[in-house]
Amino acid sequence: MCLAIPGKLIEISENPEGVRMGKANFGGIVKQVCLEYTPEVNIGDYVLVHVGFALSKVDEDVAAQTYQMLEEMEQLAELDDPEAPDESPASSGVS
Amino acid sequence: MKYLDEYRDEALAGKIVAEIRHTVTRPWVLMEVCGGQTHTIVKYGIDQLLPDKVELVHGPGCPVCVTSLEMIDKAHAIARRPEVIFCSFGDMLRVPGSEADLLVLKSRGADVRVVYSPMDCLKIARANPDKKVVFFAIGFETTAPGNAMAAWQARRQGIKNFSMLVSHVLVPPAIASILQSPLNRVQGFLGPGHVCTVVGYEEYEPLAERYHVPIVVTGFEPLDLLEGVLMTVRQLEAGTYEVQNQYPRVVKREGNRVARDLVNKVFEVCDRKWRGVGLIPKSGYKLRDEFGDHDAEQLFEVGEIDTAEPAICISGLVLQGVKKPHDCPAFGTLCTPQHPLGATMVSAEGACAAYYAYGRHLQCEKKALAPV
Amino acid sequence: MTTPNADAGDAGEPVSVLMGSCPLPLTNYKEIVLAHGSGGKLSQELIQKIVLPQFRNDLLDPLHDGAVFSVGDTRLAFSTDSYVVSPIFFPGGDIGKLAVHGTVNDLAMCGARPLYLSVGFILEEGLPMDDFWRVVKSMREAADAAGVTLVTGDTKVVDRGKADKIFITTSGIGVVPKGVNIHPKRVQPGDQIILSGDIATHGIAIMSVREGLEFETEIASDTAPLNGLVEAIFATGKDVHVLRDPTRGGISSALSEISQSAGVGMLLEEARIPISEEVKGACEILGLDPLYVANEGKLLAIVPADAAAAVLAVMRTHPLGRDATIIGEVTADHAGFVLMKTRIGGTRVVDMLSGEQLPRIC
Repeated sequence: MCLAIPGKLIEISENPEGVRMGKANFGGIVKQVCLEYTPEVNIGDYVLVHVGFALSKVDEDVAAQTYQMLEEMEQLAELDDPEAPDESPASSGVS
Repeated sequence: MKYLDEYRDEALAGKIVAEIRHTVTRPWVLMEVCGGQTHTIVKYGIDQLLPDKVELVHGPGCPVCVTSLEMIDKAHAIARRPEVIFCSFGDMLRVPGSEADLLVLKSRGADVRVVYSPMDCLKIARANPDKKVVFFAIGFETTAPGNAMAAWQARRQGIKNFSMLVSHVLVPPAIASILQSPLNRVQGFLGPGHVCTVVGYEEYEPLAERYHVPIVVTGFEPLDLLEGVLMTVRQLEAGTYEVQNQYPRVVKREGNRVARDLVNKVFEVCDRKWRGVGLIPKSGYKLRDEFGDHDAEQLFEVGEIDTAEPAICISGLVLQGVKKPHDCPAFGTLCTPQHPLGATMVSAEGACAAYYAYGRHLQCEKKALAPV
Repeated sequence: MTTPNADAGDAGEPVSVLMGSCPLPLTNYKEIVLAHGSGGKLSQELIQKIVLPQFRNDLLDPLHDGAVFSVGDTRLAFSTDSYVVSPIFFPGGDIGKLAVHGTVNDLAMCGARPLYLSVGFILEEGLPMDDFWRVVKSMREAADAAGVTLVTGDTKVVDRGKADKIFITTSGIGVVPKGVNIHPKRVQPGDQIILSGDIATHGIAIMSVREGLEFETEIASDTAPLNGLVEAIFATGKDVHVLRDPTRGGISSALSEISQSAGVGMLLEEARIPISEEVKGACEILGLDPLYVANEGKLLAIVPADAAAAVLAVMRTHPLGRDATIIGEVTADHAGFVLMKTRIGGTRVVDMLSGEQLPRIC
């Protein structure tokens, strides 16, 4: 469950009822989000948004580090396992 | 789209799959808790890419599927009232109650509206002062902050014609219930990444400890799920049972403090009946007494609703990971998304619907995907 | 105690379960529901069970976008379509423009050169005159741009509340040139599936102005008359087996229908299907699968392998086909089913839309 999408914060404001709101850009689509749960975010930060609420700031440093680890991991796999795996893949291109 | 596209990289996916193959030496049964994770797995064909030794079973993380029949019937009873504007997330519109679903009620004249955010309901309430706006507040812990804020703001701003029908459910008791069942086959869990974004993952540590199961908090994109599987099988092979975080770019161990605080001010834990599973103690949220003016269950006397659930479909067993959708004789024949027998087929991310949408009922798929 | 309706044929044996509970099935709709109009399986069912049995004939049975028949030496195409879209004005268009393009396109998908249109208006009492004027003017502009003439029509007014502002039905007639032979039965394994441009724009444009789902970014509907593009394709002299505009139900429903009609399989490649960043963003936020979202200015062309390059080249010279691309091919395997190689190398089946695709939070 829990469809939540990362968007880039482009505006922060307060609505007429005093609720901290903002606008986030999701690949070109701009939508209003409520920022009450992420008081620490600034313009330019990426936030994870669910039902119109930012639930967390995306930690870009951690994202970069963990992604890099993934990219580096692939080389180890190739070193250890240069042959095709012992089971034939269930599907890798259907034709 | 940043922080989405790069987690759908084909080459990296292949490398993680190769690493999983390299790691597993014997069969393992893993469960991904969230319906959204099931959705990704089936949509991208992830379970087909995994070696046969790794079996993925699908968990009860579909708040739509597990909303009790009594609650659905209450929702429908309220929606039928002429003075009510009934607002709901799109997911709930086609969930069958004892007699109809919200879409059918809409066709009969009920004012049923889809909303994207619970805050949209407050706008509707302000714009329609002579109507009673009721919001169907379902979800796991991920949706609780949003739903809590609606109640909080309604009280703060004095929006008297707004109330919520609350049917929140909590993940850890569900996992405990699965682990306690004598039918349980699950050896490792891919934990609910967005739930943990809100509540953190401290509560999962006692579960891992007590039942000796590794729990890896996992995200929702293909690379996240593959990495989650890898981390879990590594633990299983090593015999460890820790809680790990595959999704640190948004999940912290303590979760979101601000959100948790407001959720605790608005909601309190209660027992809840899960459709297909039964009553699980302390597994839900309800509104606290001070929000009684905004509690639709109290405001609308819909009477005692007697529900009879014929035991025809096996959605309960599917939700607990004991059976797969295609184990059900009704799957794809009597039970399809157009004519659903159970909530797991109606909800877009119920296991049965996901399987059906991505063709698992079709014999052709098995032939097409057989090793050449 | 109820048993599931044995509508589907073989009733499975009763399942003995330890636990598990289920609602009563809604297998027999006693009333029309919205999903019957969404262009997917329920719509199909409605036509198959209620309409078709009354009107069976060779021209209707194929259930194309239009009927093609001969009058003397000339082959004509005849089509009709109704428009009930809400809101009636949306970014990129309005209900009038949609109504003109819709019938022009249905005729073009039969291989015809559209010539004449009729229009029926059902107006709700209270509709502002200004709005009606805007719609009519827009239809005029659309007809001019498409090169068709409105030659007859009708107008009715109903009580307030009995129609949603304005409903429009257009019908059209066109001439099918010699040598053009569009029919799903002509589709062969090896044929290439060409898509004229990026998907899901229209459906998202409509949703973007509906209450509660507003975006601050304007996404304009892609509604457009495709007859010019179709003529350019025919001008290559290459054989074209099928043309289809993937409207309600998106490209998945359109291709599934063709694959079932033709008794062939299809294999698509997700990575090759064009989608704009904004539309993709909107689909992500709402949890919608763009393969099922409506298009109103795009076409699918299924052509023999040796014709593909030429057809693609010509499409790309046309303003409505600049981003044309081959998204897959027809296969002999898995007849009746469309498979897709996913972005990460897995495979999934692309099925028809079941009912209305609703935004989800889960």
